[in-house]
Amino acid sequence: MTLTKDQQAEVDANRKRYEELKAEGQRVAPRVLPEPTPPGGALIAASAVIHREVVPGGWYWITRVNRGEALRLLNSTGKSCISLLAWNSHDTSERLNYADTVKVQWAATLSKGRVILSDMGRVLFSIVEDTGAGHDALAGGSNAATNAAKYGEGAHRNTRDNFILAAGKLGLQRRDVHASISFFAPVSVGADGAFVWLENRRHAGDFVDLRAEMDLLVALSNCPHPLDPGKTYDAQPVEIIHYRASPLADDDLCRTASAESARAFENNASYFGTGGVA
Amino acid sequence: MTVASPAGRLVLEADIPARKPWSAFIRKGQTLRIVDSQGQQAVDTLFYSAADFQERYSSQDTLRAQGSAYIGVGTRLLSNEGRTMLRVTADACGLHDTSAGACSCESNTVRFGHHTRYQHACRENFLLEAAKYGLTKRDIVPNLNFFMNVPIDPSGNFTVVDGVSKPGDAIEMVAEMDVLCLISNCPQINNPCNGFFPTPIRVSIHDAQGA
Repeated sequence: MTLTKDQQAEVDANRKRYEELKAEGQRVAPRVLPEPTPPGGALIAASAVIHREVVPGGWYWITRVNRGEALRLLNSTGKSCISLLAWNSHDTSERLNYADTVKVQWAATLSKGRVILSDMGRVLFSIVEDTGAGHDALAGGSNAATNAAKYGEGAHRNTRDNFILAAGKLGLQRRDVHASISFFAPVSVGADGAFVWLENRRHAGDFVDLRAEMDLLVALSNCPHPLDPGKTYDAQPVEIIHYRASPLADDDLCRTASAESARAFENNASYFGTGGVA
Repeated sequence: MTVASPAGRLVLEADIPARKPWSAFIRKGQTLRIVDSQGQQAVDTLFYSAADFQERYSSQDTLRAQGSAYIGVGTRLLSNEGRTMLRVTADACGLHDTSAGACSCESNTVRFGHHTRYQHACRENFLLEAAKYGLTKRDIVPNLNFFMNVPIDPSGNFTVVDGVSKPGDAIEMVAEMDVLCLISNCPQINNPCNGFFPTPIRVSIHDAQGA
């Protein structure tokens, strides 16, 4: 294939712009991303708490979380994994999109300061606190077959079925159960492409706080991650705290962490009809 | 390495122009062959069970089952029900992604700036093609990106880099169930997945040898 001079100039201009965006995205974001929240830190004022829920091991929970509210997912024993799906409660065709989330932020790792995006280029959640346990966006949750292969015969509840149940109770269907993000699932990709489980990143009392940036329907599944090397099905309860978050400041960490997150927040603002203010 | 065309009877062959969508049913036992005609062209691809469109390709199940992050010869392309939809049987390129999803007008604004909103994108192709079968945006899940090079390093850096496919490189996969295949010949010009210049691809469907 031979390009004309004009075509080649266009290719060169596109490439130059991409290299600038890549350099900016990978250089700046890791520098400004904060240290993990210390264990026992970021206390929630009792007056801000809307609801507390203890989800038994193996079970799921559904809830509504409105814009400006947050969920704290608390891994009390350090052994649990919580998988997440979310939909825009006013238009459920808009939902969590893990591929856009990792691609847009140039990072497969989710941590404090990152955002979780919908398929419509908008922010569903900001990760406003995180003790650094490590989270998985690439490998997904368990299903009946992965549990049977790992644990053998037995009544081992799984994330796939939990999400089908959760979606059903939200008026949604199996087709609405898309790929999920799993918290407290320290999956990394080795140099050879193989998945690696970094168990030493998880500790009892780990938590992650997700602030909703639009009104959401949320499904959480509390099942062992399929790549968790534990040989027995050891599903422990987790605690969820639904609370009112602080108002979004102009210099909000997640909103300003990268040029990409700033633009995603601008898309939220446009959606809400609030101009430049998310 | 070149991949010779399958020996079985040619059922269908199509050139997909740059930036365009395509779809077809592939029957169990048939082979889908995708040729990157001019090299460095990402081919965004989705599969649905022909018997039940709610059973569809699952990137996360596919990667988890093989324990690694890229698609290659031997990869079983799994559905959201954990069943094998197709199996990759031949590949001249060696680098294929399934974690980066498809470009959209909306995600382009976040990645590349608001000025890219009115550029054609894979999600547009998928929506148009899916609509022919009664499928909607709710059914568009994270997809395969054949010939797209997306290295993920141990620190988590996730980058679309120059493709390594050469003109004429092919990948083949044999269907283990009847499937609907949707393809978007990726229109993206803001990153290297198409060498910043989208080009045509060729697809063909072949019966099993002796079938």
